Amino acid sequence: MKFTLSWLKEHLDTTASLEQICEGLIGVGLEVEEVSDPGKELAAFTVAYVLEAEKHPNADKLRLCKVETTDGVKQVVCGAPNARAGIRAIIALPGVTIPVNGMVFAPANIRGQESQAMMCSERELKLSEEHDGIIEVQGDWPVGTPAVKALGLDDPMIYIKVTANRPDALGIRGLARDLAAKGLGTLKPLDTSSVHGTCKSPIGVSIDPKSSCALFVGRYFKGVKNGRSPAWLQKRLKSIGLRPISTLVDITNYITFTYGRPLHVFDADKVHGNIGARLAKTGETIAALDNKTYTLTDQMTVIADAQNAEAIAGIIGGEPSSCLESTTNVFLESAWFDPQATAATGRKLGIISDARYRFERGVDPAFTQTGAEIASRMILELCGGEASELVIAGDVPNTARSYTLRKTRVKALGGVDVPWTDQLRILRDLGFDVSDDGVAGLEGGATCAVPSWRPDVKGEADLVEEICRIYGLENIPNAPMSRPHDIARPVLNSLQKSMLAARRTLATRGFNEAVTWAFLPEAHAKLFGGGQPELKLGNPISSELSDMRPSLLPNLIAAAGRNVARGFADLTLAEVGHAYAGDRLTDETLRAAGVRRGSAVSRNVQGGKRDVDAFDVKADVLAVIEACGLAANTLQIVSGAPAWFHPGRSGTVQMGPQNKLAFFGEIHPRVLAAMDVKGPLVAFEIILNALPASKAKSNARAALTISDLMPVSRDFAFVVDNKVQAAELLKAVKGVDKVLISDAAVFDVYQLEGDKKSLAVEVTLQPREKTLTDAEIEALSAKIVATAGKAVGAVLRG
Amino acid sequence: MSDLTSLETEILAQVASAADEAGLEAIRVSALGKKGAISERMAGLGKMAPDERKAAGAALNVLKDKVTEALGAKKSAFAEAALEARLTSEKIDVTLPVRPQSQGTIHPVSQVWEEVVQIFGDLGFSVAEGPHIEDDFHNFDALNMPPDHPARQEHDTFYFNEKPDGSRMVLRTHTSPVQIRTMLSQKPPIRIIAPGRTFRSDSDMTHTPMFNQVEALVIDETTHMGNLKWILQEFCKAFFEVDDVKMRFRASHFPFTEPSMEVDINYAREGGQLKIGQGDKWLEILGSGMVHPNVIRAGGLDPDKYQGFAFGMGIDRIAMLKYGIPDLRAFFESDLRWLRHYGFRSLQVPTLAGGLS
Repeated sequence: MKFTLSWLKEHLDTTASLEQICEGLIGVGLEVEEVSDPGKELAAFTVAYVLEAEKHPNADKLRLCKVETTDGVKQVVCGAPNARAGIRAIIALPGVTIPVNGMVFAPANIRGQESQAMMCSERELKLSEEHDGIIEVQGDWPVGTPAVKALGLDDPMIYIKVTANRPDALGIRGLARDLAAKGLGTLKPLDTSSVHGTCKSPIGVSIDPKSSCALFVGRYFKGVKNGRSPAWLQKRLKSIGLRPISTLVDITNYITFTYGRPLHVFDADKVHGNIGARLAKTGETIAALDNKTYTLTDQMTVIADAQNAEAIAGIIGGEPSSCLESTTNVFLESAWFDPQATAATGRKLGIISDARYRFERGVDPAFTQTGAEIASRMILELCGGEASELVIAGDVPNTARSYTLRKTRVKALGGVDVPWTDQLRILRDLGFDVSDDGVAGLEGGATCAVPSWRPDVKGEADLVEEICRIYGLENIPNAPMSRPHDIARPVLNSLQKSMLAARRTLATRGFNEAVTWAFLPEAHAKLFGGGQPELKLGNPISSELSDMRPSLLPNLIAAAGRNVARGFADLTLAEVGHAYAGDRLTDETLRAAGVRRGSAVSRNVQGGKRDVDAFDVKADVLAVIEACGLAANTLQIVSGAPAWFHPGRSGTVQMGPQNKLAFFGEIHPRVLAAMDVKGPLVAFEIILNALPASKAKSNARAALTISDLMPVSRDFAFVVDNKVQAAELLKAVKGVDKVLISDAAVFDVYQLEGDKKSLAVEVTLQPREKTLTDAEIEALSAKIVATAGKAVGAVLRG
Repeated sequence: MSDLTSLETEILAQVASAADEAGLEAIRVSALGKKGAISERMAGLGKMAPDERKAAGAALNVLKDKVTEALGAKKSAFAEAALEARLTSEKIDVTLPVRPQSQGTIHPVSQVWEEVVQIFGDLGFSVAEGPHIEDDFHNFDALNMPPDHPARQEHDTFYFNEKPDGSRMVLRTHTSPVQIRTMLSQKPPIRIIAPGRTFRSDSDMTHTPMFNQVEALVIDETTHMGNLKWILQEFCKAFFEVDDVKMRFRASHFPFTEPSMEVDINYAREGGQLKIGQGDKWLEILGSGMVHPNVIRAGGLDPDKYQGFAFGMGIDRIAMLKYGIPDLRAFFESDLRWLRHYGFRSLQVPTLAGGLS
């Protein structure tokens, strides 16, 4: 919403400065986006009178002028062809900054003659691109008159952002009302007198009750003279960026911006029969004023004559019945349309107009007739002619409603003591009809009737808001909140702590944490088990972001690919975030995932370049799970993972087959190929929701039992079938003596012929009470070998 | 006795002139070995008369000790010289690189999540969460935005395909649905923050289709706008780590709060850097207000009894402001160069005691 200071002052009697008015607007909730004050840069420029203009003695194209300025008569060298005696110019005296280039003017010697001042062109003052000559000020302004005044630039434009709840602020008069309530002046009275119609309107009006129109006020004018509107009106419209069209159209625009009341004027000679609001027929078309033709549906309301739709109700007029310079008889429409219906039509047709903007937010229904009267007076005044009596269909929609404001409410909700009389004064200034007697109850209060232009006020809280915003939010004292505990208690739950632990653990392991999109292309979704219809966006921003991600891995792998393309061959990328298995609450799981690509250890002076492999990411998984408070050695690690992993080089960490916690391994070569990312690339994904919360009931640790006796270790080289997993062998070995055997670990794997392999196992024995004798160790060793043989067919390597 | 004296002179001279450890060992054997000069003389003691044996034995023991000591000293000297020689030869170029190890980083969004939680956690705000895939009720209706509400149209909502029953899910456009979920699931007094991902169908220089917000909700019987102003001021000081920050509270409008206000903080731009809490320019950072009675009602509570405030701000945005990160879009591009430059060290954990940055 744009307006100018002088336009505002037509409705607000004020001595406030531009700054005070802007502060006031911001304070009451009308955010000032922009103020353009052309006068500010020109404050030092004044009107001067050219007394003489002779040819410069040493230059053909220059003139030597004597100019009368506020600072006496100055000699000025000027190159402008229009510099001549008897004109009024805009002068820059020494020390003045020239807007176009920011240079400070200083006297100079030009071809042997001193130039003591400078007469300016429009371009030099940034008023236009005109630079063929100096400005010739029109009018009889005395020397020394500020340039902004003489040039009519003393009217700053203010652009405010109006929130959706304030249709009343889409007219200048509404702004003046707010500012007056704020104490920045008084609202000037409004002339609402009626125009006396001298004839009957030959055009009647009607309303189809199914249409969006509740009230239709019309008036016929005959013998008007349309044409260019007067300069003052053109200047008003131009100052807020509107293009003057013709007097009649300019009048409707002026009323729209002054009162927030859109109107329409039809060329009455192009209207067939009566005019009314009705629903459009599906498929009906209208050529609108924006030079486009729209096809309508039977949900949309049009203003139509006996033959055609002549306007889309509350949105835009039609081209065939529009007013031209030659128009002599017109029909004025001032109607009220339902906000929701108008919004729906505007959205469907994609039309943005000043009328739609106001009607869909809610135009003051009680002002419908007043608006028509004000417009009528302007038409008669500017276009002449004769006005008919009003023709009216429908009724003013009843918006009457009252709410009780309790005396205690502003204090209780707003946290500020506003004297009761001030509260009532503010509401009255805003147009509420307030009566503070007769309200029952101990605390007392007032009954407040809401003005017709405030559709947003729907309860007591709104009344509190009105008082607070006018009283000033800056006047609400800050009030500390209580502390629930003197020393803060923990606030995070188990999953939130796991999230933080996972993130920090991965960072300590070298991962760069990324935040990738929650969406991805359908093809990628399908590679990772996604692509379900309920996870497809109906209005994706692009086909690259069409589905919700079923896993964090595809976007991480794609990110890895992009970084490889930038020259980063070795990388470790992780993300902690949500993945979606469906559209129910429980389908969203928090996960920690990572990819390692390229060398785990790159070439270096210490030697030993090594590519990433599944055991790198297995270590990542175990580290995160441990960091989340679970003992990794209590979990099962089994072969295989979902289909996007390499079938033979991947694993699953689980607590039983139904409770899978994490997957790790090489990504399937086909998946990498489909995503156009080159390996080696390994990845893991941990479902943090699946990790059980710690069950520890006490902070106290279990008692520590340690032995002073030296542990003994024995190595065994077992030969087993290839299909036997190390974990099976170790489980058997550890089971031989759960007291004495403190650990058993594989330290070497060696491939043998005949589908066999050798697993070298170090078994650690921890004597508890006395040193073990050789015989005891031998006996235990024999038992280990026997058990391993029985459990997995292991034999000692010969 | 002169025999022993000359023997001593002879052996000690040999020790002194030994060339290396092997030579020294040969001397030891020739003197103290089984058939060494001293050992043989010791063996001869048995044949002597007791008196004679006592004197000779004592003299031999003195000689043996002297020789042993001389041998030991010479051996130590050899070892010392050998170590010196080794140390002189052993040298590394310490400017060579260490074994490669990648330096992990924490994303700014995660870091700021923790900072915000530290600040509000101290005042008893717990962290509430809700699904990203929401229904109309929680994302709009319950927040006082019925289907025809103009603000609902302005939300640039991502929606899913219609279900057979005509309903359709949406991607939450703000974290505010968590307000409703919280009120429906716990009893006042309520103090929560709800940080998380939010989604709008908008993509340009300053908007991304996914971004991060943090919501706060307080519901009790007394909390008012003065409390809201206080906590916002205290939060800004704590978060931006400045002694003071000027704030401008502007009346505004949101469907879910009444009264509503937008909040600006002052800043200055110095040498391309944004300085929060200095200067006289204003920067909008959040929207807030008293929870609308209709929202409290939708949360299953009685608005005549309960009241409170809510506010929401962009985590990405405050991260950009605090850490001078210029471009929002880069947050989600996973460019390693960006992650390493703007990321945080793995153990740089924000705490109130240790500082938030």
